[in-house]
Amino acid sequence: MPLPRLRRPGPHAIVAAALVSAIVVGCSAPGGDHPAVTSATAVVEPDCGTGPVVLRARFEAGFPLAKALTDEFTRQHPNVTWDVREEQFAVLAQNAPRLLADNPPDLARLPQVSDLAADGLLRDLDGYAAWFGWDDWPAAQLRQMRVGPGGRPRGEGPLYAMGFSASVTGVFYNKDLAERIGFREPATLAEFDDALARAKDAGITPLAGFNAGAAAGLAFPLQSLMAAYGSPEAIDSWIFQEPGATIDTAAGTEAVRHLQRWLRAGYFDADLNATDYARMVDRFASGRALFMVDGDWESGALDRRLPGRVGFFLVPPLRAGDRRAAMSAPPTFAIPARAAHPDCAAFFLNWAVTDPTARGITVRVGGALPLGPGDADRPPVEPGSVTAATIAAASRVAADGTGMDFIANATGAILAESWSPGLQELAAGERAPEDLLRRVQADYTAQIGG
Amino acid sequence: MSRLVGWVFVLPALAVYSVFVLRPLAATVRYSLYRWDGVGPSTWVGWDNYRAVLTDPDLYGTIGHALVLVVFFTGGPVALGLSAAAVIRRAPRGRSVRAVLLLPQAVPLAAAGIAWSLLLSSTGAVNRLLDAVGLGGVARAWLGDSSTALAAVGLIGAWALLGLCTTLLLVGAERIDPALYEAARLDGAGPWQEFRGVLLPGVRRELGVCVTVTVIAALASFDVVYVTTQGGPGNATSVPGLEVFSLAFAQREVGLASALAVVLVALVVAVVAPVLRWTR
Repeated sequence: MPLPRLRRPGPHAIVAAALVSAIVVGCSAPGGDHPAVTSATAVVEPDCGTGPVVLRARFEAGFPLAKALTDEFTRQHPNVTWDVREEQFAVLAQNAPRLLADNPPDLARLPQVSDLAADGLLRDLDGYAAWFGWDDWPAAQLRQMRVGPGGRPRGEGPLYAMGFSASVTGVFYNKDLAERIGFREPATLAEFDDALARAKDAGITPLAGFNAGAAAGLAFPLQSLMAAYGSPEAIDSWIFQEPGATIDTAAGTEAVRHLQRWLRAGYFDADLNATDYARMVDRFASGRALFMVDGDWESGALDRRLPGRVGFFLVPPLRAGDRRAAMSAPPTFAIPARAAHPDCAAFFLNWAVTDPTARGITVRVGGALPLGPGDADRPPVEPGSVTAATIAAASRVAADGTGMDFIANATGAILAESWSPGLQELAAGERAPEDLLRRVQADYTAQIGG
Repeated sequence: MSRLVGWVFVLPALAVYSVFVLRPLAATVRYSLYRWDGVGPSTWVGWDNYRAVLTDPDLYGTIGHALVLVVFFTGGPVALGLSAAAVIRRAPRGRSVRAVLLLPQAVPLAAAGIAWSLLLSSTGAVNRLLDAVGLGGVARAWLGDSSTALAAVGLIGAWALLGLCTTLLLVGAERIDPALYEAARLDGAGPWQEFRGVLLPGVRRELGVCVTVTVIAALASFDVVYVTTQGGPGNATSVPGLEVFSLAFAQREVGLASALAVVLVALVVAVVAPVLRWTR
C-alpha cells in the first residue's frame, strides 16, 4: 500500500490553530474574577466551638515558632487540629496572591500586606481587634499591619494581619573575641567605629555580613545607620508610602557613605557579595567574626550554640544618650478573606499572645518579646543569655517608640529590584552613595505611581 | 475521507498541544497587552509593555547577557564535543570515556548550580587549586564578583551541556562510513583535513541539534542563574528568564513579564530557525 504523501500545514491549518487557542483563551480582559469579600467588622464571640475543626495554615520554613504554637494550641483545645504547610519565604511571597484567591488557608504567614489587602484578599481584623481588646495595646505594635484604602499608605486604617512577637534588630557580638580587643558596648556610633577598627587591627573580621542573591543583606546595617543619622519616623513614612516621602535625603546619603567607609576599610569579608544569610550566621556562630547585624530570631539558636558567649546591643546613636532605633516588625500572619474558619483562626491569634504558656513558647522558641498589652506578664528568661539581651532591647524600643519597619518592605519589588542590585554594586565599589538612593527613589516612585 | 482519518489520528496530540502549549502561548500574548497584577482588574495598554521592554536598559540588558551566555553554552560544548568525537573515535576503549562525558547531562542543572557555587566560592576547590599552583592572587568569589559572575555562570552551563553534545556528535561520527576515512587517507589527508572533509559534514545534523538545544538553553536560561546568583551581583547576570519570573511573581507586573516572554520567544525562534534551515 502506498504511503500517503505528507503535506506541510497550509495557512488554513495555522488559522485553525489560532482559532482554537482564541476559543480556549477567551477574549475578555484578564483578572478581576475574584469579587472582594466585604469583611465582617462586627464579630460575635469568635472561638473554635466544641466540634472538630481542622485549621489549614501556611507558615515560613526555618522559623519553628508558629508550628510550636499550633502544637500547644491543639494540646489545650483538642477539637482543633492543624494542616500546616511550611514554605520558603520567597515561595510564600510569590504565590501569595494566587494562593489567597484560589485556595485560601485559614491562616497564612505573608510578606507586607498592602497589595493583598487592596485586592480584597485579606480579612479586615478590626472586628476581632475590638472584641479581643487588641486596640488597647500600645498602638506601635500593630501599626505596621494597618493598611489604608487602596493599599496605601500603610500604618493607618484597618488591621489586616497579626503577629506573635515584636522582633528587633541590632548588633550581636562574640564575647570571647570582644575580650581580646577590650570591647565594651558602645554609647555612640564613633565608639562602634573605633571597635571595628581595633578588631581589624587585631586580625579579627569585624563584621559578618551577607549580600548574595536578591536578599539585600547590607540593608540591615544600612537601615540601622540611616536611623542613627536621621529618624525612624521619617524612614517609616517612606516605607508606609506616605505622600511625598523620600529615602533620598541628606541624612540617608550620610548613612550610605558611612556604610561605604566600612566596606572600604575591609570590615566585611571580601566575598560579601557571594555570601548568603546562612553562611553569615555560620561564620558568626563559629567565632569567625566579632559582630553581626541581625535580628532576635537568631537569639534562640545562638543561645544553644554559644551559651552565654553572645551579647547584643542596639546600633548606637551619633550623640551619647540619644534614643536608639531598630527594625522591629512583627512577622505578619493574616486571615484570608475567604478562609473557612476565620473566627477560630482569630481566636488562635489572640490565644498566642495572651496565654501564659504560649508567651513562654514565643520567648523560648522565638527568642523574642511577645506582643500584647503593655502590662502583660513577661515570661522568664535565662540571665546572661542573648535572648535576655534581645528581649530587653525590644522592650526599650517599644517603650521609646523607635521601632521601624524594614526598608525592603516599602513595595513588593523594591527588595529584589532596587536594594539588592544597588547594595551589591555599592559593595563592589561600582556605585556612588548618592546614586544608590537616587535610583531606589526613582524605582519607588515608578512602582507606587502606576 | 482519508483526510478526515488523518485528523482523527492527530486529534489527541493536537488537543494536548492546544491546552498545554497554544493556550498558554495565546494567553501570554493577550496578557502582554494589559497592565495586570495577576489577580485584580486589568487595564488595556496596547503596545506599552513592548515599548518598555525595548527601551528600559534593565530589561533589554538581560537579552545582552543571554547572548553572552550563548557563547559559553553553545561554543564550549560544540568545540569540545567535536574534538572529543574526533579523538574518542580513534580510541579502542571509548565506552567508559563516553559514560564519564555523559555524566553532567544526568545531573539536574539546579543541583549542578549548587555544587558549582560551592566549588567557585571564596574558600572553594577552584580557589584552593589556584592557591596551590601559585595563582592565589587571582582567587576570588567568582560568582560574587561582577566582572567574573556571568562567565562563571556560562562555564557551569557549558559543563552541564557538554555531555549532551559529545554524545550526539559521537553517535553521528560513528555512522560515518569508515570507507570515507580510508579514501581520505589514501588521498593523503592529514587529521585536520579528515576533520574538515569527513567528520564535520558527516555530523551536520547532530551539530544542528546540539546548537539548537544549547542556544535555547542559553537564551531561556533560568535554573543555573536562579540557584547561583539570582541575577547579581548588581544586575551582572540577570537574564530574560529570571526577569520574567521576577516581574510576574515578585513585582506582580504580569503584563510586562508576558511582553518580555513574547520577545524572548521571538528571539529564540529568530536565532534557531536559520540553524535548523542550515542543517536540514
